[in-house]
Amino acid sequence: MTVAGSVRDSSTVLSRRLPLPIVLLACTALLLVSMVLGIAIGSVPLSPQAVLRVIADHLAGHPRDSVADAIVWEIRLPRVLLAALVGATLATAGTVVQVLVRNALADPFLLGVSSGASVGATAVLLFGAFASLGAWAVSAGSVLGALGAMGAVFLVSRQERALSPTQLILCGVVLSALFESVTSFLIFRGNPQATQAVLFWLLGSFGLATWPQLPIPAIVLAASMAYLLAQARSLNALALGAGPAAALGVDLHRLRRDLFIATSLMAGVAVAVSGVIGFVGLVVPHIVRLMVGSEHRRVLPVGMLFGASFMVLGDLLARVIVAPQEMPIGVITAFIGAPLLIVLIRRRPYLYGAAG
Amino acid sequence: MSLELRDLSVDIAGRRIVTGIGFTVPDGTFTGLLGPNGSGKSTILKAIYRVHRPASGQVLLDDRDLLALRPRDAARRIAVVAQEFTLEFDFTVAELVMIGRTPHKRAFDRDDDADRAITEQAIERVGCQHLAHRGFNTLSGGEKQRVLIAQALAQGADHLILDEPTSHLDIRYQVEILELVAGLDVTILAAIHDLSLAALFCDTVHLLADGQLITGGPPGQVLTAAAVRAAYGTEVLIVAHPETGTPHLIPRRTRRPDQPGPQSPPAPSPPDATGHYPPDATGHYPPDATGH
Repeated sequence: MTVAGSVRDSSTVLSRRLPLPIVLLACTALLLVSMVLGIAIGSVPLSPQAVLRVIADHLAGHPRDSVADAIVWEIRLPRVLLAALVGATLATAGTVVQVLVRNALADPFLLGVSSGASVGATAVLLFGAFASLGAWAVSAGSVLGALGAMGAVFLVSRQERALSPTQLILCGVVLSALFESVTSFLIFRGNPQATQAVLFWLLGSFGLATWPQLPIPAIVLAASMAYLLAQARSLNALALGAGPAAALGVDLHRLRRDLFIATSLMAGVAVAVSGVIGFVGLVVPHIVRLMVGSEHRRVLPVGMLFGASFMVLGDLLARVIVAPQEMPIGVITAFIGAPLLIVLIRRRPYLYGAAG
Repeated sequence: MSLELRDLSVDIAGRRIVTGIGFTVPDGTFTGLLGPNGSGKSTILKAIYRVHRPASGQVLLDDRDLLALRPRDAARRIAVVAQEFTLEFDFTVAELVMIGRTPHKRAFDRDDDADRAITEQAIERVGCQHLAHRGFNTLSGGEKQRVLIAQALAQGADHLILDEPTSHLDIRYQVEILELVAGLDVTILAAIHDLSLAALFCDTVHLLADGQLITGGPPGQVLTAAAVRAAYGTEVLIVAHPETGTPHLIPRRTRRPDQPGPQSPPAPSPPDATGHYPPDATGHYPPDATGH
C-alpha cells in the first residue's frame, strides 16, 4: 500500500463524525436565525426583512429615523447581542470548569464566582455602594465581588502550590454557601423595596441591555476563547486525568491556574452584566458533547455558538411567554435545560462514566 | 544510554513515601518494579513523569536531568500507560489515540497526515482497528489497556512506563498485554503486582518494601522465598516455571487445611445421601457448604 493510499484511508478510518466546518456553519446559521427572530418578535412585531433593513442601514452608515429603527437598534439588538455573548461565555466557562474539576456536574458558578458577585451587587443595590459610578455601580460591585470570591477560592484550594480538583470543588461549594449567607444577611438588613431589585438581579435578565455593556463581555469572551483554543489539546489531555495529562507533557500547575483564572473571569463578567443565569453553563456543554464528542477543538467553538443560540431563544421565550410581563431568564433556561439533559443522558449512559 | 534514578526520595503531604531509590533501566530492557501495596512503586513512577516532585535525588535520561526538560520534551521521550480508568467525558478510540500526539503539537496546530498515519498505525499495532469509533468507556478492561498502549505508541517515545497495567485484568489479558508491550521496540519500566508474571516477562526486577529498595537483579536471583518474606511478610514456595525456568510463586496457607487451628470452626460434616449438608451442632448450615 502506498503512503498516500494509507493516508487517504486513515482520514475515513479515524473520524466518522461530521466535518467540523459543516457543524460550525450549521450552528452559525442557527445563531443568526435565532437573533433575527429574537429581534423581530416582541410587543411590536416586526418582519425579519424590516429587521435586516434597519441593520443594513446602520451598517451602511445612514440610519433612518423610524420607530422600527429605534426598536431594533436601541432596544432589541443590544439585548439579543448581550444574550448571545452571555450564552456563549457561560457555555464556554462551563465546558472548561467541567474538565478542570473532572466532574460532569460542575457549572461555571461552582467556583464561587456567582455568589461572590451576588454579594457585591446586593451591596450596591441595597446600600448604594459605588454610587458615584452611576449606572455602572452594580456591574462594578459584582465584578469586585466575583474577583474577591475567585481570589478566596484560589488561595484556599491551593495545596502544596497546586490546585487539586477535589479541593476546588469543596472550597468552591463551601465558600459559595458562605457568600450566599452574606447576601441573605444583606437582604435581611436592607429595605424591602430594594430587595425586589436584588431578587430580580439574582434571577437574571437581559432587560436592561445597552450598547455600552457589550464591549467588555465581548473582549473577555474573545480573549478566553483564543487562549482556550490554543490549549485545546492540553484540555483533551487534562480530561483524561492529572496523571495522563502530566505524562503527555502538560504543565499541570500552570494549565490549572490559567483555566481557573479564565473561567472565573468569564463567569464573573457574565454575572456582572446579566445576573445569575443557571443551567446554560451546565447543560450546553453536555448537549454539545453528545452532538460532536468530547474533543475540545470541536466542543469549544460549537459550544460557543450553540450556547449563544440557546440563550437568545431562551430570552425570546422569557419575553413572550407571559407578555407583557417578562419571565426571569433563569426560569426558562432551567425549564428547557433540565428535561433536555435528562433525555440526552438516558439515551447515552456510557458517556457519563456509567460503564463501571 | 539509559534511564537512571539516583538517590530519589519523594514526599507526599509532608510524609516521606520513598527514600534513596537508585537503579538504572538500560536501553531496550524490560525492568519490573515490585513490592507490596503501598510500598511506593507508583510514587516512584509518578516522580519520573512529573505528577510528584522529588524531595531529593535525580532522574537522569541519557545522563541529562529529565526533570529539567520542558514537560513536552520529556513527554516525547517517556510515555505512560496507567491503570485502566473510566473517562468523565468519553472520547472515541481514534480521538484518544490522537491525544497521544499532544507533546508533538503546538498551539493551533492541526492534525496533519503524519499524525493520522501514526495514530492509525498505533491502533493497528495493538489490534484495535475494529474499535476505532467505539467510545472508550464502552470497552472491556483488556481493550481499554490496549487502546492506552496505542496512545502511548502514538506519543512516539522510546521509553514506556507502565503503572500496574494488568492489575484488573483476567489471566488472558494479563499475558496478552505484557506480551504486547514486551514485543515493542522500547525500553520499559513497569510496576507489576503479580510476581510470577513479572518474572516471566522482566529482564530485571527491583523489589521495594516500605519505600526502600531491598534487592534488584534478574528475577531468578531476586525472587527468593526469603526476599518475598522480607518484602511481603508472607510465606511462599518458589518453583521453576516448567517452560521458561523463571521463578513461579506458589502461595502457602498460613495454616494447613488438615490441621485446623484453635480459632477455626470444626470441619463441616460430609454431605448426606441427597448431596445436602447437615446443620452443625448449633443448627446452622456451614457458610461455604450450601451446595453452590
